[in-house]
Amino acid sequence: MAIKIVVNGQDLEVSVSPMKRLLDVLRQDCYLTGTKEGCGEGECGACSVLVDGEVINSCLVPVCQVEGSEIVTVEGLAENGKLVPVQEAFIKYGAAQCGICIPGMLMAAQALLDSKELSKQTPTRYEIREAIAGNLCRCTGYMKIVDAIEAAALSTLEKK
Amino acid sequence: MTVGQSVNRKEGRDKVTGAAKYVDDYHFQDIWYGKTVRSTVAHAQITGIEFLAGFDWSTVVLADYRDITSRNIVALIYDDQPLLAESLVRHVYEPILLIAAPTKELAELAAKHVHITYKKLPAVLTIEDSLSAEQKIFGDDNVFKSYTVTRGNVEDAFQSAEVVVEETYHVGHQEQLYIETNGIIATAKSDGTILIQGSMQCPYYVHRAIKELFGLPDEKVVVVQNVTGGGFGGKEEFPSVVAGHAALLAKKCGHPVKIVYERGEDFVASTKRHPAVIRHRTGLTRDGRLIAAEIDLTFDGGAYCTLSPVVLSRGVIHALGPYKCPNIRVTGKVVATNTPPNGAFRGFGVPQACFASEMHMENISRKLDISPVELRRKNMLHQGDYTLTGQQLTYSVGTQQVLDAVLERSDYLARRSHKQPELSNKRYGIGLSFYYHGGGFTGSGEEKIKGQAAVELTAEGTVRILTASTEIGQGTRTIFSQIVAQELGLRPEDVEFEENDTSKVPDSGPTVASRTCMVVGRVVQMAAASLKEEMAKRIASLAQCQASEIQFEGRHLLWQKDGEIISVSFAEAAERCMSRTGFLKTTAQYSSPPGIKWDDVTYSGDAYPVYAYAADVVEVEVDMDTFEVKILKVTTATDVGKAINPTLAEGQIEGGTVQALGYGLFEEVAWKDGKILNNRLTNYIIPTSLDIPDMETVLIENPYPYGPYGAKGIGELPMDGGAPALVAAIADAVGAVVTEIPATPERIMEAMEKLAVEA
Amino acid sequence: MNKVYSPKELSEAFQILNSYQPLKIVAGGTDLMVGYNSGMPVPDQLLNLWKLDELRHIDEYPSLLKIGALCTYTQLIKDERVRKYAPTLVDAAKTIGAMQIQNRGTLGGNIVNASPAGDCLPVLAAFDAVIEIGSVRGLRQVPFTDFYTGYRQTVLAEDEMVTNILLPKQKTEESAKFYKVGTRAAQAISKVMMSVRASIDAQKCVKEIAIAVGSVAPTVIRTRLTEMAIRGLIIDESLIATARKEMMEEVRPITDIRSNEHYRRTVSGNLIAKFLRENYLA
Repeated sequence: MAIKIVVNGQDLEVSVSPMKRLLDVLRQDCYLTGTKEGCGEGECGACSVLVDGEVINSCLVPVCQVEGSEIVTVEGLAENGKLVPVQEAFIKYGAAQCGICIPGMLMAAQALLDSKELSKQTPTRYEIREAIAGNLCRCTGYMKIVDAIEAAALSTLEKK
Repeated sequence: MTVGQSVNRKEGRDKVTGAAKYVDDYHFQDIWYGKTVRSTVAHAQITGIEFLAGFDWSTVVLADYRDITSRNIVALIYDDQPLLAESLVRHVYEPILLIAAPTKELAELAAKHVHITYKKLPAVLTIEDSLSAEQKIFGDDNVFKSYTVTRGNVEDAFQSAEVVVEETYHVGHQEQLYIETNGIIATAKSDGTILIQGSMQCPYYVHRAIKELFGLPDEKVVVVQNVTGGGFGGKEEFPSVVAGHAALLAKKCGHPVKIVYERGEDFVASTKRHPAVIRHRTGLTRDGRLIAAEIDLTFDGGAYCTLSPVVLSRGVIHALGPYKCPNIRVTGKVVATNTPPNGAFRGFGVPQACFASEMHMENISRKLDISPVELRRKNMLHQGDYTLTGQQLTYSVGTQQVLDAVLERSDYLARRSHKQPELSNKRYGIGLSFYYHGGGFTGSGEEKIKGQAAVELTAEGTVRILTASTEIGQGTRTIFSQIVAQELGLRPEDVEFEENDTSKVPDSGPTVASRTCMVVGRVVQMAAASLKEEMAKRIASLAQCQASEIQFEGRHLLWQKDGEIISVSFAEAAERCMSRTGFLKTTAQYSSPPGIKWDDVTYSGDAYPVYAYAADVVEVEVDMDTFEVKILKVTTATDVGKAINPTLAEGQIEGGTVQALGYGLFEEVAWKDGKILNNRLTNYIIPTSLDIPDMETVLIENPYPYGPYGAKGIGELPMDGGAPALVAAIADAVGAVVTEIPATPERIMEAMEKLAVEA
Repeated sequence: MNKVYSPKELSEAFQILNSYQPLKIVAGGTDLMVGYNSGMPVPDQLLNLWKLDELRHIDEYPSLLKIGALCTYTQLIKDERVRKYAPTLVDAAKTIGAMQIQNRGTLGGNIVNASPAGDCLPVLAAFDAVIEIGSVRGLRQVPFTDFYTGYRQTVLAEDEMVTNILLPKQKTEESAKFYKVGTRAAQAISKVMMSVRASIDAQKCVKEIAIAVGSVAPTVIRTRLTEMAIRGLIIDESLIATARKEMMEEVRPITDIRSNEHYRRTVSGNLIAKFLRENYLA
């Protein structure tokens, strides 16, 4: 079945089973391997991507449900090699260790930074923790990740 | 100065853009997929393997133990574990048969059409069953290994003790739960070479395991580490199994074979932290001075030995904690059971021992009505004191500093006296732990390994490090580049790395045992120092000056001639140095600090060249309606020797502490008949960002003279103290001491009920 | 290859349900896909509801809210009317998974998945919600408390689907609470859940009370004996003790990998005691 999706701003048509997981479509049919699989059951969040601006687990979404949707993966964050604030902050604050959870973690963080509620003020540390509660990290203890998102929120707000 | 600076992670950009390639991100045109068929029973004779009709068996390739050309073993310590079961299975999930197919789905389907029949044998599933030795599954007594360490006269000392405190502590399995599951791609080349790539901590362990399987010489096996998504010990020895399976299939089917475990399979197939039963009996003076101790540790090794003797050894040596006790006997054994083999996990025997010893301190403090702080101060090791193994601590002993720092930063004393209003039905508690961890291999281990590393000049005039120490998230590449840059007056970005490939890099020893920075970092520093010396010599002869006059600074070589400062860029100097030979490479090898002595027979002497020390304070709130624990704050203070990169050091401490809090609070493997009931992330519970509060991490620098710039190993240390500090805090809140972790709400409720009955 | 029907109109969905059985309905997929990922065979024919925007409405009526079955948890959490008139449903929705699941999982899916640990279900039971069910044969309404016929069993016929949830508003004089005791602070499956709705007057007399408990029986249950033991009485230490005891006797928990029977029973009792205690102190 031919399914049209928009991935990182690019119109694509993939010919796959309608029940194929969005995660597999991205990794196998779009050659975007930045999105990772950690559990295959929506617990770890390593496969998080944005679908029409909302963060979801791509291992739980059959591709037929995103027909016509705009999907953003970790590869779509930076523009022409210029990192977005949250990527910069993750490097600076040491938020990535082994890195396997980071693509999903960044998408959850970006969804928070994009949310309308935060256009006037930066999120609290608790709100940041809530926003990434669906992304398990086994390396960092989350501290540096929260620090990085907090800093990215501040720099994003300053630019607004 | 780059050492001591929080420079950005070397591979940070790749990791935030999705460019970093992990093993599952590699795809080859003609790749096949491997699937493992495993035992469904705990202990049995295999009576038959049927390949059911309804599947076209010509579409797949099968392999079993008969395809192994040399030795059917997972080469490690005892060589008792077969790569594939022959006639006997000794645990559920033991690999029996392998399938390779052009697609994952086909391999899965084929596996569903394999039917294995068994003649069941009685299974030994618990430590207690194993100790009774009614059913013998290893030797005469089911004991893989035992140790006894004695100091002083224990019996007499107990006679003179004014108080004796005795208690038994239990800890269960813990899964490493790296977020990237195990994965390997194997390729069998036409010249007989086997090429392995994948997720691993120790490429040379895999190298040796593959050589043993097929009887190959060194050069016929090439192992390359891919970007690895977490290890925590779980990818120390276990990847040898996955690599062996993939290699066997690749040889047989003629295609590269990829095996990447699904989470559920990784969970059941891979090693875990050893469960343990630890008994403490302690004799003290009325005012709380330790005068006699008997500690007995029993670890559950599972069905095969793996690294269990070494894990136990570390547990035994750390059994007392960083305290003085003149009369002590520690006995330890690791026993066999018909459960999946347990293995390396960050902390390596110490988290078990430390939970018991620190909870015992909590119990002693309650029994004697002495504050936990005073009890520690009375008994802690200081410089000049002797440890359990008779090792005199002569340098870098940060015991008092870490305790003082954690108490001050957490405001422990004031907060401990603070009581919450009773109305809310929530109780506040604060707990302390104080602990240490030996860096590097135990005893003569490092002398046997003789880890090597090399540094060479590149054609571009920069420097390249050659080491088998892997980057698994802990920051190897970043700190090594800082060390080399520091030696040579360069920036960390001027330092690159040779691919971690056994055909290209020397064996630096495994990436384990908190040794990467402290031991291999030191070797890297030595190699860089030799390179500097050699460059200075060569430049000096060209410049007609003394080598000792040449300074390496700001990416330049500088010297004075006729009162004038002459400066040559490092790149240019490198080019000149290589003009005749075409290359310049220096290699260094580890040697122990002077005066280190260890006796493997009596288990006495210098168990480790140095220890790192830490103290934790955990604050909690316990809901008295639901017995749920909310962690309010965590404060740690760690004597790291020297933080090569403070951000990375903090990251190690924070991450390890959270694993330790998970160990104390949630993480538990549920079993039935030797099978794991909770092999999913939905039912094996690890902490989320909402389970963990903000942490305060205090770094204390008490330099170790033989580490790079004074650095000590801290990779494992933070895994040791979190659980006992947490459970002590719970005890402070509810009045009952939980002696088994995880301290689930169910166990807290039971402990409170027991206390109520006793009262 | 599987056949997936993705209607854009509800009537079309009913036609498909009527014509192409057997058929598996997929809404947000957060439960179903977990099963498929762990080796459960994907059925040949599926009905994908995701494009049925008709089922994404939340409408306010004088005494109730009509919530489309396809409303996601995020939608419930953010909706002003749900926040105002069904705050305990918001509380329950917030405890489900984390952001990723809340953005995708639906209230209808939570109901039809029929797990005794479904997080929104105690709230629906305590508030006497009514489930609207549709098919080519028309619409029918079933009280939520009659919706389940056994463990993971519902009254839905093969050709039917849940279309809307009619949820009575919480009245200003009512006091309501949702408690979830889970395995951790987020992404938790419950060990015990309780939703309580009560009218308590100034004399602390419990005029009316409804209590629903999850994860302690094969389906979400209303503990009507405990309700009877409390109803009409003034809250005091003795009533709190009675309620605790009644509750512990009424629930039917089991021991499984998440918790044990004794804990679940004790905590069920403690939670109703907590509700009364907090209202007594209020």
